[in-house]
Amino acid sequence: MSLVDTALAVVLGTLAMAAFGFVAGLTVLGIDRKLAAHMQARIGPPIRQPFIDVAKLLRKENVVPENAIPWLFHAAPVIAFASTITILLYLPIGGIAPVFGGAGDLILIVYLLTVPALAMVAGGFASGSPYATIGAQREMVILMAYELPLAIAVIAIAWRLAAAGVAEPFSLAAIAANPVWGVVGPLGIVGFAILFVILAWVTPAELSRVPFDAQEAETELAGGLLVEYSGKNFALFYMAQGVKTIVMAALAVAIFLPWNLSDFVAMTPAVAVVADFAFFLAKVLLVAFFSVSLIRVSMARFRITQIVSVYWLWFGVLGLVGLLLIVLDAYAGVW
Amino acid sequence: MKLTKSFNRSLWAFHFNSGSCNGCEIEIVAAITPRYDPERFGIKLVGSPRHADLLIVTGPVVKKMRDRLLRVYEQVPDPKVVMCVGVCGSSGGPFYDSYNLDGPVDDVIPVDVYVPGCPPRPEAIIYGVVRAQEKLERLEGERA
Repeated sequence: MSLVDTALAVVLGTLAMAAFGFVAGLTVLGIDRKLAAHMQARIGPPIRQPFIDVAKLLRKENVVPENAIPWLFHAAPVIAFASTITILLYLPIGGIAPVFGGAGDLILIVYLLTVPALAMVAGGFASGSPYATIGAQREMVILMAYELPLAIAVIAIAWRLAAAGVAEPFSLAAIAANPVWGVVGPLGIVGFAILFVILAWVTPAELSRVPFDAQEAETELAGGLLVEYSGKNFALFYMAQGVKTIVMAALAVAIFLPWNLSDFVAMTPAVAVVADFAFFLAKVLLVAFFSVSLIRVSMARFRITQIVSVYWLWFGVLGLVGLLLIVLDAYAGVW
Repeated sequence: MKLTKSFNRSLWAFHFNSGSCNGCEIEIVAAITPRYDPERFGIKLVGSPRHADLLIVTGPVVKKMRDRLLRVYEQVPDPKVVMCVGVCGSSGGPFYDSYNLDGPVDDVIPVDVYVPGCPPRPEAIIYGVVRAQEKLERLEGERA
């Protein structure tokens, strides 16, 4: 493939993934609101409600506070939205290979996941509002808190694949080719189940959803990081939130549920792409339901001090237990 | 600034207490309970006036709150509507002509919808929100 072809494929792929991320992200937000409403014995908004909200926000006045740093204030939402789309380019979507192919691995994705959060921090500090400043400080604390369990989960999986003799265990293609559940014995399956639960609990913090939304906390901080944002900029953060939900669910799917429908049922390539895509969306919805909707409906918000101890202590210890089980499983075969 | 159909189904409200006795607040919270579920029409309470389309004001505007009310009103991005909940904000109510009032609300900021009552029932508040939506629609018709 020539350079022009590659460039064309990347540009078109990026545009397609941006469109997919926008539509799927807002739809999954709408489904989340509908499911949450049903769990609270309400009817809830229509599933297209986030689209209506974004359409409205795009037509509102875009206020820049007097104390704000305008260029940073305007840049932060764009960076947040663009960087979440970028992560999507590294993740496999069903049977469709990532746009950037094998260029990125799991470690890159873990690093890229911090970029939208850092953009929000920059936007919060640039707002020139005390509420936004406190929100930005809290966002940084939460960012550091959930990194530990997330890193444990990622390392444990890659280590086990390496122990099983897989080359390049951090690459998503290798993880997709060797589903972790098939590699290990019973002890390892328990370990991986623990890590799956941990990843599901890291998701709400990544997305600033209840119970880990101390940085937005509309009842205490009046919206925290986003307090000064209105109109177009707020719409960009809203859309980034939707895309991030897809990214986190797609990451969990890529690591823990990498199966495709076409692996089990024989079908023609054209049908396989559609079927795998539909199967992928079903898996994403399932993960999003358990890691976002169910958790946020069943819990109240943690205080910022509790968030740190929950992640560093409880999920840190739980992650190490999972890692230990996986290590024992790897050596059980040797002994 | 152009209003669109999106406003009909996505009205975000910010609640401002200008010295109310908390009776209207209880009824506003009652209006967003699952029994009434205004979220099915896209109506929700937001924490910041910057995110709001609808400013819900309760209370008769005591002297100290006049400046704050003006500032919050200015912070709501256009296009916006103001809804005054409770008889205090409409006329002063039991505090009519009191020496420590700068109100009622429409002496300080322009009000679009009045919801009378002491306190108004949740049904009345939701009806007021519907009238506020109609006002936004009418503005849209006039501008088009």
